[in-house]
Amino acid sequence: MLDPISLSLPGTHDILRAELPNGIVVLARENFAAESVVLTGSLESGSIFEPLEQSGLAGFTASSLMRGTRAYDFDAMYETLENMAARLAVSGNTFSTVFSAKSLAEDLPTLLQLTAETLLHPVFPVDQTERLRGELMNSLKIAAQSTRAVSSDLMRQQLYSPDHPYYAVSALEQIETLKKLTLNDLKAFHARHYGPRGMIVVVVGAVKAEEAVKLVEDTFGGWSNPDQPALPAIPEASPLSEIRREAAVLPGKTQVDISMGWLGPRRTDPDYQAVVMANSILGAFGMMGRLGAAVREREGFAYYAASRYSTAKAQGPWSAITGVNPKNAEEAIRLIVGEIERITTEPVSESELADNKANFTGSLPLALESNEGVAGTIHSMENYRLGLDYLYRYRDLIEAITVEDVLKAVQHYLNPRAFALGIAGPEVVG
Amino acid sequence: MITPQSLIHAPVRHILPNGLTVLLKEMHTAPVISFWVLYRVGSRNEPTGLTGASHWVEHMLFKGTPQFPAGYLDKAIDREGGEWNAQTSYDYTAYYETMPADRIDLALRAESDRMVNAVFDLEEVESERTVILSERQGSEGSSWFWLGEEVHAAAFRVHGYRHKIIGDTHDLLTMTRDDLYQHYRKHYVPANAIVAVSGDFSPEIMLKRITELFGSIPGGQRPKLFARPEPPQQGERRVKVERPGPTHNLLIAYRAPAVTDPDWLKLLMLDAILDGASVPGGGAVGSRTARLYQALVKTELASSVGTGLNETLDPYLYTFSATAREGHSLEEIEADLEAVLSKAVQGELTQAELERARKQIRALQAYSAESISSQAFRLAYFEHVAGGFEWVESAHEHLLAVTLEDIHEVARKYLKPSTRTVGYFIPTQEAARA
Repeated sequence: MLDPISLSLPGTHDILRAELPNGIVVLARENFAAESVVLTGSLESGSIFEPLEQSGLAGFTASSLMRGTRAYDFDAMYETLENMAARLAVSGNTFSTVFSAKSLAEDLPTLLQLTAETLLHPVFPVDQTERLRGELMNSLKIAAQSTRAVSSDLMRQQLYSPDHPYYAVSALEQIETLKKLTLNDLKAFHARHYGPRGMIVVVVGAVKAEEAVKLVEDTFGGWSNPDQPALPAIPEASPLSEIRREAAVLPGKTQVDISMGWLGPRRTDPDYQAVVMANSILGAFGMMGRLGAAVREREGFAYYAASRYSTAKAQGPWSAITGVNPKNAEEAIRLIVGEIERITTEPVSESELADNKANFTGSLPLALESNEGVAGTIHSMENYRLGLDYLYRYRDLIEAITVEDVLKAVQHYLNPRAFALGIAGPEVVG
Repeated sequence: MITPQSLIHAPVRHILPNGLTVLLKEMHTAPVISFWVLYRVGSRNEPTGLTGASHWVEHMLFKGTPQFPAGYLDKAIDREGGEWNAQTSYDYTAYYETMPADRIDLALRAESDRMVNAVFDLEEVESERTVILSERQGSEGSSWFWLGEEVHAAAFRVHGYRHKIIGDTHDLLTMTRDDLYQHYRKHYVPANAIVAVSGDFSPEIMLKRITELFGSIPGGQRPKLFARPEPPQQGERRVKVERPGPTHNLLIAYRAPAVTDPDWLKLLMLDAILDGASVPGGGAVGSRTARLYQALVKTELASSVGTGLNETLDPYLYTFSATAREGHSLEEIEADLEAVLSKAVQGELTQAELERARKQIRALQAYSAESISSQAFRLAYFEHVAGGFEWVESAHEHLLAVTLEDIHEVARKYLKPSTRTVGYFIPTQEAARA
């Protein structure tokens, strides 16, 4: 058996980090136990830069990039990729455009070449972009009829003001804005917001680290965009002081989805780690934590009842979600509110905290089994400025969390009498 | 330099005296072990009135034994940094734990215990009834669920593949605790189970520990396979689902052979040309250069297309699905899809397309060797459906040997309008109101 110590967590000793003169940060780690190589990265060109009336612009732009570039039309792009059995995907999120790719190690130079073409030189061909618009419209139509997606959108609309990056424009409204976006809008967004400043590239796999960095430098080192704007200031959101409830009727459904939300911390906030721990206790650990125990295991109301907090640069939503039969909706909400009441008034037990700590530190081998897992972890360390020794400090960070830290964190963010509530299903309840 | 070859060993089979099959694959690429137990029972084994029993039994195996009461292992496995779950399919039910290598003993103790000692407490059965109804209702939110259910029921009149794995609502409302317990006792015996382990272990020590924990369980009899062969289809079948939904969807199901039929791999190669390459047991490349995308999505008739060809014990289906774009009818899409398939039937696929598929399969083979947790599942699964894991070990080789002539031959043999089932999903109400 491998010595768990020799697992050799990725760290300063085996991650090669280089800052290119144009601002791109490149990180590489070798793994010759597999034949593949994984490439992952991000650019600071997310939806945070799009005006509300152009909702969907950043995502549409990101999705259009592989539809044709200076040197590769759509067919040539996918011929090259699929002939190598390689993958490349680009998508937009709130703060960034993210890309991920995988190929056999021998094909890395070609993969990087295609990635650079995609990010630097898209041409937004009219036929391809219109085809994509139609596909996106269909996805939005499907989302508009998903009880889960609609309940989540309603929750975010109650929790955030429309100028906040985590406000959710509904799928039906997005269909309308998507219709109006022009090719010139996409081209202008790309020209202005895609650039090397804030860009991170991670390479993990069967390639020498120095060679990987050099390949990235050869491919992206000459890129510049002096007008690329910095991330804008994010408006401070205020916690709700009451329950804001909104429901939508989706005909023909048999299940009601419920989403309750509160403002969560930023990744840089000092109580971030305590919140992630509290979230695990509330709705993740074991069979979906305390929420799973109450709603699924004790009452048998739902297939899932869980809490979610995603690491975020801004005050991301911290939410509780479940899907139940319409006749149980009110009781499920009552059960969840009861668990929020309990976790914000009674300290969690020492043993509960110890179990969750053991999970946080013990699950690293699984999280780092694949090249994809290692690449994602390295990207996070860079993106949130955690330091490349983060995994070596991680155990101490987790062990330092106390029962009081958890209680303080939940009292700061969660409130059983003030939250955003989105409900979507076949009939409006309440 | 470390090479993958020195870290990954060939799998080895052992049969314990009680009939339990044990498959071990050493992989010293990460300090992780994945432990699987597969039972040779799935939804295809369920008679009318008991549809959904296999999946429900799977849920009950998470509801406790005298040694590990309900909820105990959920927490214990998380505490050790591992993960566990299970899946029920047409032909099998499988349970797994993937753990840090030095913690794997808990998985062996949990699985050997619940092979025989699950309690099926009456209250827990009732509580789980509503959980499973809720799981079904969650799936009912998708138009594909309804369309798939109708197409299967039309394609199979007799065989157990005709109903959804989760079961019919009526059966979920009426099945009893004793129905479930009998299903469990009959099928959960060493003679009907396969243990497969992959990862960072010594095979001698692992086999010894498995023998200690599983070897004393009475072997039982492997139940006779419940199979009511589907009679030959005599003419095309067509079904429509009309209910609220976001898009018009098309699902066409042709007949496919069992995975062990030599034609199956030829069909997989045909599928590589139509919808992109894949390899048995998981792994696929993109399909935008493949024929279906070119004919249906690139022409803006459909927003997406896909195919399905499963590795099954008995003859099953080869399916084609498409989501219509606004302004295009399912009839149009069906006609264009048929035009693509008729090119294959008429022998118009090219050697260049075959060469590309072969190259893709070589790369997929390398990718698929990397993940520890997928290795143990593949071994157990093909030991069951293909009669031996050696089948999947040699499948890549056989795939690469398939010729263009073979592909045209299976296209002619299986893509017949007279033996297909065509399903339309037609939304009756499109807009949601807030």
